[in-house]
This record gives sequence, structure tokens and C-alpha cells, in this order.
Amino acid sequence: MDSSLETAAGREQLRRVVIDPVSRVEGHGKVTLLLDEDDHVREARLHIVEFRGFEVFIQGRPYWEVPVMVQRLCGICPVSHHLAASKAMDRVLGIPITRSAEKLRRLMHYGQILQSHALHFFHLSSPDLLFGFESEVGKRNIVGVAAAYPEVARQGVLLRKFGQEVIRATAGKRIHGTGSVPGGMNRHLAVEDRDALRAEIDHMVEWSRAAVELVKRLHRADPALYDEFGRFRANVMSLVRADGAMDLYHGALRFRDADGRILVDKVPDQSYRSLIREQVKPWSYMKFPYLQQLGPDEGWYQVGPLARVQNCDFIPTPLAEAERREFIDHGRGEPVRATLAYHWARMIELLHAAEVIRDLLGDGDLLEGALLADGERGNEGVGIIEAPRGTLIHHYQVGDDDLVTMCNLIVSTTHNNQAMNTAVREVARRYLDGRKLTEGLLNHIEVAIRAYDPCLSCATHALGKMPLVLELADAGGEVVDRVVRD
Amino acid sequence: MGGKFLFDGRPVPFEEGQTILQAARAAGHYIPHLCWHPDFPPHGSCKLCVVKVGGRHVSSCALPARDGMEVESNTPEINGERRALLQMLFVEGNHFCPSCEKSGNCQLQALAYELDMSSARFAHFYPDRPVDASHPDVLLDFNRCIFCELCVRASRDVDHKGVFALTGRGIRKHLVVNAESGRLADTDFAVSDRAADICPVGVILRKRVGFAVPIGERKYDEASISSVAMEKGE
Ligand code: SF4
Ligand code: FES
Repeated sequence: MDSSLETAAGREQLRRVVIDPVSRVEGHGKVTLLLDEDDHVREARLHIVEFRGFEVFIQGRPYWEVPVMVQRLCGICPVSHHLAASKAMDRVLGIPITRSAEKLRRLMHYGQILQSHALHFFHLSSPDLLFGFESEVGKRNIVGVAAAYPEVARQGVLLRKFGQEVIRATAGKRIHGTGSVPGGMNRHLAVEDRDALRAEIDHMVEWSRAAVELVKRLHRADPALYDEFGRFRANVMSLVRADGAMDLYHGALRFRDADGRILVDKVPDQSYRSLIREQVKPWSYMKFPYLQQLGPDEGWYQVGPLARVQNCDFIPTPLAEAERREFIDHGRGEPVRATLAYHWARMIELLHAAEVIRDLLGDGDLLEGALLADGERGNEGVGIIEAPRGTLIHHYQVGDDDLVTMCNLIVSTTHNNQAMNTAVREVARRYLDGRKLTEGLLNHIEVAIRAYDPCLSCATHALGKMPLVLELADAGGEVVDRVVRD
Repeated sequence: MGGKFLFDGRPVPFEEGQTILQAARAAGHYIPHLCWHPDFPPHGSCKLCVVKVGGRHVSSCALPARDGMEVESNTPEINGERRALLQMLFVEGNHFCPSCEKSGNCQLQALAYELDMSSARFAHFYPDRPVDASHPDVLLDFNRCIFCELCVRASRDVDHKGVFALTGRGIRKHLVVNAESGRLADTDFAVSDRAADICPVGVILRKRVGFAVPIGERKYDEASISSVAMEKGE
């Protein structure tokens, strides 16, 4: 779509301003703004400098190790990788998992959504939103929020903790658990854990409602900002349940265009490759995925909360569904596109996750029932899950000797690559062009990136495929523009 | 002719032919070990069982007990030496506990906890050791081999197959499979062999088991290696 700012003519003469690192984002991102003599923004790019090359480590490993191993991909949503890999391996083994196993995995997953969304909103974003993007840097953190809004901070901290407890109770550990295995789960929920979680869940639902209210108040207080900041047209993609409901654990792929019309629907997860292509650009390690039928210029899309809340037909829990309707009405017939609306959508999902957890905790299948099943072994599997940040795709081929021969991962942040670049350009154009640069102005760009909740450290393909990567990663910082690949 | 020796200041009786390690165990005192196994003769390669006798550092799994000996084992000096040996074992191979399916059942890991090893200290070698997945039931992940030769001994002396051997010296030392192709599938190795479940670390693994038992509920998650060794005789 809009690429007029992507590459400026005569780049060598331009003065360069670099914001690095984008603080409070796990891993490192880098924004390069190329300015001309008069401080007009000529070019804006979001660089992802960190790489890990995990595909190479996974190839040649036994398949049963993979759901545990891939958790090293991402320090902030390991559970999503754990589950996406498990789902892919279920396919390899040809196993439709048992009722108990699926419910336990769902519980784990919605626990992860709750903890991640709470972390992102309360710890990482609420300081910007409550104090303003140009406020004192030292105050823009959760400690500052705790001083000014103690109840908000307390609820945020406890919501996150509750999500972590759900993960511990299902995965075995708060981080890098091993609860989900190819073909099912290795543990039930303990009765004590069920009871402890149940004792708290009503508060969690209540506080999640309060969080949605808080975001709505922010929107009402400054509609010009919240409805306009980083607004641009984009396609969206997410999994959707067969009946059109939001389902973050399993579903088929659906795309909508920038006007909200369904472009593609009901594509089974195993066929993702018939839909999505990935484009490589010489200046970025991170690929740019796009909907194949529209091509790279028109086919890029957004994923994550803003996409999901508007891509589904309804949310299957009542409180979150009521909020979804209000959100949709806010767009007055148009899709809601402003970057800061990500936070609103994210809090609607937080509420949904709390409701799902509440309902699941009443289900006896979590405590007993078969955890593993048998199937007919194949050689290939795709696992797709809606991770906190958006669609996460794991795709493997496994040889008859049980070793992984091919691995392809597309993480949420990669799906959002073009959207984040576009957001940065929009914000740069609107707020920075021709003005003197200040800490607060630069922070506008960070706020736009942060709205996507990127997990940059896990988002790049490298090693082996792109031989220059190590050298470039080592150089760190200034060298991004020396990236030249054939 | 048996007798008594002093083990960390306490008298320990022994019978003729017993090693220091055997007599100490019989008296309820744990001495760390990796290449020693109750069902096999001493091998003396890992040196984890080091103790100090009369100012000399010796392998307690191999040295016969003698009357009147003074043996120091659980001292800062000796434990420091054991820790250094462990640290060398960790860097010689590729030991990545967080995603290793043997975690919680691995003696190397359990000893590292027992001896408070908190870092690798030395530079990692990162050797390149491909896995052998050719056998239908058993996977060999050579990355984790510590060259204790228990599998070599079990396969040769118990299973009478001689499937494994150590070859090379120093940093080139490695475990090989006795087949022209070098592949486990081309031997008569079977999952029911004694050698199939003798490995103290995560090299010889039953396939498709992986994380079926959750981390946190495994042998050394529930009790330290010293108490498992003393109470279960392992
Ligand atoms: S494979 Fe295991 S049992 Fe055999 S030598 Fe290596 S560490 Fe010892
Ligand atoms: S246990 Fe004595 S040398 Fe290994």
C-alpha cells in the first residue's frame, strides 16, 4: 500500500536520527529516521536487529523434544510456542487429542493470554497512556503508575500473577513448563490448584472489566488522539472458529480487507501455505508476509487483538461480547483502525480470557480422563494458535526416524512487520515531520510500536538461510544500512 | 582380613576386598560417583569419587580400604575438585538441561545440584556430535556423552553384544557404535538390553517417551542424588 516514505532518494546526504533500543520491548527494535537539512522526515524504517535462527537448531532433533525446545524462542510467550508446536506434532502423529487434553491446553493458553495482556497493558503501556507520551521518562513505568493510581497497578499485577498461576498449574512451571506433549498432555489439573484458582477467578473477571472501562475512559477523554494516532488502512487475519466465534486456541484462517469485507474464509490451518507468502526485503532480517492472492504490495495484513476482535463474528462469552459490540459501534460502520485501539481490543480479550478460564475451571474433565491418544503417524504437521500478539504458525516435517527434517515458523511479530512499519511511518509523518526532535516526540514512535506488543527477539529467520546475519547481529546498532543481500 | 578406617572423622568398618566407596556406602556415607555403578566392577575414569587419603587424591571407587586409613571426602577442598570435574564435563559436551528430556533423571545434572555448581566456569567446546536415530526404538544423542563406558561394559559383559566402544583420545574421544555403518540400526542392539537403560545422562534414550513424565515429578526432582543413592541403592 503506502510505501512513499520507505526509501528516500539521495540517502547519503541525509542526517540520521536513531532511536535505539525501543525500550520496554523484549529484544531490540530499531527505528531509523532519515532527515533532510530542514529536519523533514524523509524515510522511516523499523529494523529488527536481533536474530536467533532457531529453525536450524530444531532440524535434526527428535520431534518429542520440540514443544519444550521452542519455548526458548520467546521469553514472554513461551506457552504459545509450546502449544503451537504440540498442535503441529499432534498432526504428525495423526492424533485427535482427548477432551481432557484439549481443555487443559485451552486453560493453559488462556492463562497465557491473561498474563501476557495484563503485563503488556499495565506494565508496559499504561504508563504512556496514563501520563502522556511526553511526560517525564522516569515516571513512565509501573512504579509511577503504582504511585499515582495504586488500585490500577495492584489489579494489573494480580491479574498477571493469576495468569502465571494458571500456567504453572497446567504446564508444571511458570516458565518453560512441559505440560503439553505431542498427542496430548502429561498432567491433569490438581484439585488444590483448581480450588485455589476458583477462589480468585471472580475478582479476575471483575478487574478485567475494570481494565476495559479504563481504556474506554482514556478513549473518551481524548478522542482526537485515540481515534487518529497511527491510523491507517490494513487487511486483517486471524483464526476463527467454525461458527465464526473468536477462538484463540484453534480454528480456521480468515482474512478481511481494510473495509471489513471477508476476503478469504475457512481455510484449514494445514493449508496456510496456499494463502500466505513471505517477502524478503534487503534492509530487514524479518520477513514480510502477505496474502498471496493480493501480492506483497496490497496483501500485507495485521494480526493480534485489533484484528481478532473485528475478524470474528462474535465472542462466545457474554461480558466480552457486550464489549466487542460497543467497540464495533465505535467505528460507526467502519473498521476501527487507530493504533491505540489495540489496547482497547486487548483488554476485551483479557476479559474474554478471564471468562473462559472461569468456565473451564468448573469442568471435571480437567481433573480426570485420558490425556494421551493414539493415531496414525504421518510426516508433516502445522500447528496454528492465536498467541497474545497474534497468529503463530509452526510447521514441521518429521522423518520416519523421528527427527525433524523441516521447520518453518511464522511468529506474530513477523505477521505484523509491515503493519508496524506503516504505523511508524504514519506517526512520523504526522508528529515528527519538520519539528524539532524531543524525547517525547520520539516516544510517540515507540508508543506506536509498543501498541503491537512485538516480541522482537523471536521474530527473525536467519542462520543458514541468510549468511550475513551473524556478522550483522554482532555489529549491532549502526550497521543496519550496510545490509546488502543478493 | 577386614578392619576399620576413618571417613570424615567417623569410623567405618570394611571387609576384605571392599573399596573405600563400597565400605562407605555400606555404612551409610555417600560419595559422589558417575562411572561407578553397583552392578559393575570399578572403572575409575570420571574421578568424581575422589577422596583424600594421607595427603593424596585417590579414586575411592577403585582403591581398596585399608585398616587405619584416614579418608577425607565431604570437605571444601574435595568438593571443589569434584565441582571442577563436573564443570569440565559440562563444557566438553552439549548439555542443555532446559530442553533435555533426561532432565530430572540425569546424574550429571543431579550431581551439579548436589555440589552447588552454579556456572559452567570454563569455555564451552560445543563439539559437533550428530544424533543417531536409525534404530526404531532407541535414539542416541551423543551430545551428552560423558564417556563413563557403562554402556560399553553393559553391552559387552551383560548383553554379550559389544555394541558400543570408545575411540579417540583427549578432546577427540567419542563413543561409537560397532557396525560398519556406525549406525545403531545395523547392530543387534535391542531396547530390552541392559545397555539400553544404563546411561547416567541423556545419550541412550527410549524413543517417543520424551516428556511423558512431567519435569518436576522425576527421580532427582523429588530427592537429591545422595539420598536416592543411599536409600534406593542406585
Ligand atoms: S552413552 Fe551414556 S553410558 Fe555410554 S559412555 Fe556415554 S554417558 Fe556413559
Ligand atoms: S566413580 Fe570413581 S572414577 Fe568414576
